[in-house]
Amino acid sequence: MTWVRRGGLANLLFLLPLLCIFGVFSWGPIVESFIISLQHTNFIVTTWADPFWANFAFVLKDPTFGLAVRNTGYFALLALILGYPVPLVLAVVMSEVKRFKGLFSVLAYLPVVILPVVSVLLWKTEFYDAGASGVFNTILSWFHIPPQPWIQTAATAMPSLVIEATWAAAGGTIIIYLAALTNVPPELYDAAEVDGAGIWQKLWHVTLPQLRGIMLVTFILQIIGTAQVFLEPYLFTGGGPVQSTTTIMLLIFQYAFQSSDGGSNLGSATALSLMLAAFLAVFSAVYFRVTRSWSQN
Amino acid sequence: MSATPVISPEEVVLGQPSRVSARSLARSRRQKAKANKDAGLDRGIVSATEWKRTQIRFPLATAQLVLLILLVIVGLLPILWLMKAALTPTPDTLAEPLAIFPHGITWSNISQAFGVNIKIQDYFLNTIWVAAGAWFVQIVVATTGGFALSVLRPKYGKIVSAFVIATLFLPAIVLLIPLYLTILHPLVIGGSLLNTFWAVWLPSGASAFNVVLVMRFFDSLPREIFEAAQTDGAGPFRLFWSIVLPMSRPVIGVVTVFAVINAWKDFLWPNLVLPGGTDPASVQPLSVRLPAIQGTTEVGPYLASLAIATLIPVIMFLLFQRTFLSGGGFGGAVKG
Repeated sequence: MTWVRRGGLANLLFLLPLLCIFGVFSWGPIVESFIISLQHTNFIVTTWADPFWANFAFVLKDPTFGLAVRNTGYFALLALILGYPVPLVLAVVMSEVKRFKGLFSVLAYLPVVILPVVSVLLWKTEFYDAGASGVFNTILSWFHIPPQPWIQTAATAMPSLVIEATWAAAGGTIIIYLAALTNVPPELYDAAEVDGAGIWQKLWHVTLPQLRGIMLVTFILQIIGTAQVFLEPYLFTGGGPVQSTTTIMLLIFQYAFQSSDGGSNLGSATALSLMLAAFLAVFSAVYFRVTRSWSQN
Repeated sequence: MSATPVISPEEVVLGQPSRVSARSLARSRRQKAKANKDAGLDRGIVSATEWKRTQIRFPLATAQLVLLILLVIVGLLPILWLMKAALTPTPDTLAEPLAIFPHGITWSNISQAFGVNIKIQDYFLNTIWVAAGAWFVQIVVATTGGFALSVLRPKYGKIVSAFVIATLFLPAIVLLIPLYLTILHPLVIGGSLLNTFWAVWLPSGASAFNVVLVMRFFDSLPREIFEAAQTDGAGPFRLFWSIVLPMSRPVIGVVTVFAVINAWKDFLWPNLVLPGGTDPASVQPLSVRLPAIQGTTEVGPYLASLAIATLIPVIMFLLFQRTFLSGGGFGGAVKG
């Protein structure tokens, strides 16, 4: 009774929603995912894997796995080359705008507001229409450029996905950089001018070092995000043509829910998702260890 | 890629507790900006003297103009094109996608989008249900849990907090399959949750980000208030309902923005647990339904449906620009 009187019961009652929801939908499934990765299961029959690493071995031996890793890496690399510098450059130019600054931000953010599914479907069915009367191909014809196949060929599919993904995401990153740019202390620019610095020198020696911390964060967030890219390959191409856009996430999904033998390989799907999570955890840990000294000014 | 007051992850986890609300912060920032402008302190890379020199001003103004034109093309034109296509007869859109109403305007695309075959209004209503329920579950879990861990502070609270924070950095993908199995065979409730809103609502509550956000806010509230209330005889329930909750409006606002935007945008999870069965119109949100009908719907009405699904958030955005732009940042950077 003293436990109740001291508020023990009330404490527990307030924690109850959190404990139930996290227990059933977070902690429980985490433990379960380790168990499933050691089992053969297809929603109906469940047996222990023998040897216990059989699911992991299956994934590593699957030729599609190597392809998926390469495709995901290719997507991440293209997204980095295209998507990392563009928002930074745009934000720096936008921060120097004197009038109608708000208009610039609103325009840049508009693509982010659109439902991602709608963006992909619009680009897929109309903009990337490979026929001569597709939207992009019509625009190209004004400049006498022949129609492009966009998502129809293995060589052009992945870059096409990256262009749409960058368009859809750049606005969010621009807003982050704009906020960081307003936080650069003006005294630093004044001081640089006293030392005779021009615009480029101020940009290089004041602005960029001041943005270093946030640039390091956006970099790792982009890597973690692109490593788990799913929406674009799933809706644009379903992994094709000839598996050229099958990413790791898509392979996990295919193992679990679209297995070619009609069954479903939950064990291998879970094994692969654990490997992806472990890779991202190690990568982030190493990244933060290596960059810790860089982010301090 | 998949938004919120500008709160960086490090700030949430490691940073200083903030005692001010997002709104008052934005207000003070605006006032400061105005004061700085008046005092000539509001400056960026280019100084006022440099801006007066033609060889600097001319290329810079040109760059800004080019940027504006570029942003109109990239940000606005695709949306305007979609609105135009919604009012264009299908053959015109297919033959000359960039011609502006070559054979006039049609309203039939719109009426078909609301008609028996597409029923976009039903799916829009489902989207609202999905968002409202997910919001409610997240608010209940985050506020009660945050209250217990940050204000009541039982002995075992530190362990619970550690377990919550541990899930903060976990990629959602690890949970996908075990979570799906949980929805198929929920332990206590019995019977599958597939094709019910609960399948989206309940898992959304397990957001470590929300709990950490609320805990950090409660930690920043002055403890003297709680002690004074307890001295006056308020029990934990009274303290929660009459003191802490009314003070939590700013953080509840942040969680709300996150919850609604995530519920609105999410595709992978609802697509998996709301396959629709015999009556997709009763459960599926827009994000799940629009891809499903892509192959079977005529282009004109289909683009009208996409346009309707786009117009709603765009209008919300234009009305609440400041909330989006001060908070939208991180949601946009983290693509899931």
